[in-house]
Amino acid sequence: MSFRLALQESPGNPWFSWQYVRDNSDTILAALREHATLTAEAVLLATAVAVPLAVIAYWYRPLTGPILALSGILYTIPSLALLAFVAPYVGTTNPASVLIALVLYALLLIVRNSLAGLNQVPPEARDAAQGMGYGRWGLLLRIDLPLALPGIVTGLRLATVSTVALVTVGSLIGQGGLGNLILGGFNSNFYRAQILTGTVLCVGLALLLDLLLATAGRLLTPWSRRAAR
Amino acid sequence: MKADNPVQQAVTWINDPLNWTNPGGIVDRLGEHLWISAAAVALGCLVAWPIGMWLGHAGRGGSVVVMISNLTLAIPTIALLTILPLTFLGFGKPPVIVALAVFAVPPLLANAYTGVRSIDPEARDAARGMGLSGWQVLARVELPLAVPYLAAGFRTASVQVVATAALASFVNGGGLGQIISAGFGLGISVGGGQILAGGVLVALLAILVEAILAVVERAVTPRPLRRARGRAARRAAAATGNA
Repeated sequence: MSFRLALQESPGNPWFSWQYVRDNSDTILAALREHATLTAEAVLLATAVAVPLAVIAYWYRPLTGPILALSGILYTIPSLALLAFVAPYVGTTNPASVLIALVLYALLLIVRNSLAGLNQVPPEARDAAQGMGYGRWGLLLRIDLPLALPGIVTGLRLATVSTVALVTVGSLIGQGGLGNLILGGFNSNFYRAQILTGTVLCVGLALLLDLLLATAGRLLTPWSRRAAR
Repeated sequence: MKADNPVQQAVTWINDPLNWTNPGGIVDRLGEHLWISAAAVALGCLVAWPIGMWLGHAGRGGSVVVMISNLTLAIPTIALLTILPLTFLGFGKPPVIVALAVFAVPPLLANAYTGVRSIDPEARDAARGMGLSGWQVLARVELPLAVPYLAAGFRTASVQVVATAALASFVNGGGLGQIISAGFGLGISVGGGQILAGGVLVALLAILVEAILAVVERAVTPRPLRRARGRAARRAAAATGNA
């Protein structure tokens, strides 16, 4: 293809350019904000659904298999297909389409890791709490969930990092945050600076959020600092 | 005449024989999808298995394996799909295959590493005691014993690649995702059925691959190892974030 040769010879298409970043800082920041917002909403919604699901699976053992299997199937379905299932009903230009697909996708990671965390709660601690007169909810809120926090945080971290990467899929319908920059750069004459800026910000956002969650997890579970990892 | 319900539209679309046999129809796209995925998984195995097994054999690099899988989790597929065609790889299928192979590497690597690491040290010692060299231990003892793990990694990687291959359509790279993208291009009132039909096809393919490879994995796992293996694999998968 002739335009490919032209591109490789052209000095005007660098991989990175401050000029581009300066001139488009508004667009870039807006995309970054959209990306972070979508990620936060998706992870919060997924947590609100997944942690109760994990607790149900923990309380009623026979439900463990079905719950894990259902979220496993949702996780196996490709992200693009999930988007394709949701979009015709919710609307192709609606950010909610992307949000719903992201939530469904993040469920498994949080459910599985929360359940693993809950299953690791030492039976001695539960026995002691029951002996002290804790009821089912007291046991859950004051013993089980705090002790399962490392597992829950692991699930949240994995879900957050993969959600940040997955938001870009939404660029197919123009709702992909930084993905819009990446795909837009590709479609407008293979503009390398725009593609790479979007990518670097996306990876940076994922690593930053991962670090924040890891720190929060450490602060919330001072007793496990030594045992962690 | 236009059906108002996306499901009806999808059924109509999928029942039109021309949508299967036309150039760029389902048959074409399915072939592309499978060929891209197979090439990507093969490339991933070629890179990840030797490295993973060697790291496991040497007993080093566990943190490297974890770091690589965490890092690739953070890289958007679309970024690699758009960046690689602009490098020396050029346009066409090669950059798509390389991009997908990058995402196949972590499960393959982690399972190869775990597979060799988790071999009973006594088996290794016995082999050493019989006078086998490092390479012979790797080839005759560790490799056969790690096969169930390699199969588990292969299954995870294949399902993931088949799923991500749908995104190749973003850069016009072919595959079943192309049907979905084209549907979105037509808009919801005309393309709604096509979007839904494409989604069903992609999802069915991923679930089918998962089911077939689960049978394969079971077949290559020696019977006494089957129960314990399932648990170990889930633990390895949880550690690297791959289902």
